[in-house]
Amino acid sequence: MVKKGTSRIKKGLAEMLKGGVIMDVTNAEQAKIAEVAGAVAVMALERVPADIRAAGGVARMADPLVIEEIMNTVTIPVMAKVRIGHFVEAQVLETLGVDYIDESEVLTPADEANHINKFNFTVPFICGATNLGEALRRIGEGAAMMRTKGEAGTGNVVEAVRHMRTIIAEISWLKGLREDELMAAAKKLQAPYELICEVAQTGKLPVVNFSAGGIATPADASLMMQLGADGVFVGSGIFKSKNPEARAKATVEATTHFNDPQVIAKVSKGIGEAMEGLDIGEIEKNKLIQYRGW
Amino acid sequence: MVKKNIGVLSLQGAVREHIHMIESCGTRGTPIKRPDELFCIDALIIPGGESTTIGKLMLKYGFMDTIRQLCEEGMPVYGTCAGLILLAKKIKDGDRTWLGLMDVEVRRNAFGRQRESFETNLDIPDIGKDPFAGVFIRAPWVESIGKDVRVMSKFEDKIVMACQGRILVTAFHPELTGDNRIHNYFIEMIKKS
Repeated sequence: MVKKGTSRIKKGLAEMLKGGVIMDVTNAEQAKIAEVAGAVAVMALERVPADIRAAGGVARMADPLVIEEIMNTVTIPVMAKVRIGHFVEAQVLETLGVDYIDESEVLTPADEANHINKFNFTVPFICGATNLGEALRRIGEGAAMMRTKGEAGTGNVVEAVRHMRTIIAEISWLKGLREDELMAAAKKLQAPYELICEVAQTGKLPVVNFSAGGIATPADASLMMQLGADGVFVGSGIFKSKNPEARAKATVEATTHFNDPQVIAKVSKGIGEAMEGLDIGEIEKNKLIQYRGW
Repeated sequence: MVKKNIGVLSLQGAVREHIHMIESCGTRGTPIKRPDELFCIDALIIPGGESTTIGKLMLKYGFMDTIRQLCEEGMPVYGTCAGLILLAKKIKDGDRTWLGLMDVEVRRNAFGRQRESFETNLDIPDIGKDPFAGVFIRAPWVESIGKDVRVMSKFEDKIVMACQGRILVTAFHPELTGDNRIHNYFIEMIKKS
């Protein structure tokens, strides 16, 4: 008997992406640059987060035509973003045949209470989280891969660090609890009890966890890997920099050799200016993307 | 007897799953990040991941010649999924080849995109009568084989497991199952070499 869309198949693709870099692209040409640089997958979207942040208005799923062009151009997996709760955009992406759907806070949410029931799909989903409770709620809805949110489109890694450290600290805390304290922990973190028990026992998230949101340099990528990320997303960081080809390659090498400062030093040389960054404190609180998602 | 030390190429992909599997067989597993580390191992596993990413990093960091040389000297190598693509002599539709050590032609993403990825029970007589859970993720298949290659398992007429001398390949991912029979089979290959 042949079974498709099982939990093992969905989580399995994420396992294969580990140690790699997934790059945001807005057209086939950028997708090719990402593939040549050694990206393990590309994320198709209409505008990179820095441009979404600048443009304001409503950000939606990318044009299916562009997504198809990207799928026809590269042989690596193609991911694409849908708005939080917009299960019809997800149905469209599944029909197109994208390899992973990102239910993403970077786009304007379509539902302010509910996320998509991801068990209804054969194609796997990735979601963002800022803490362990949020990650386990998404996994409880069927997400097969997670990413820490960071603050997309800022070129500032501080929020990515905060979210990764928070999740790791909360996992350590759970591990130290007695069994009879886990229900109270589930209540505190607002997460499904069964998943809380699983994490307390295994000491790790049940799915692969990448880092995203604000990674702009090879050293940023290495920092997130050393903090415990399974891989990294680079959104605006590549195609908003002066020399995307060189920066993309350097980021891939820095992610593979994240523990080797000599490699990080070598690949960081002469790759042109990074994207312009934003101080998080200068952004109004209601403009912060990381608070989208429930 | 001294434990065999199996290296797992650790440039990208499902490295730790292979190490867990190797350890569950009572053998040592070592992640390999640099070519000089290849001289400290008895055998090599090239894991699943993105073949273009792993291939480019192998080229850039000088793995190709060392692996070819050690393989010619008799080091056993096992490739899963992307590992199969990296070992193949020929890739369908003109894609570039990488190590070119195994006399097979491989079709990438042959079973389709992630939506078409699947699991199914496979018959693998070499490892016993019980079926093996084959996990296929954007998997390749072996399109044709040279005369020294032996087919070990097929799914719907497509070759999904084969060996040639001390090279073993699977299009699927035993490291994502709890079943270590294929890893044990590889360890037996190492002991005989």
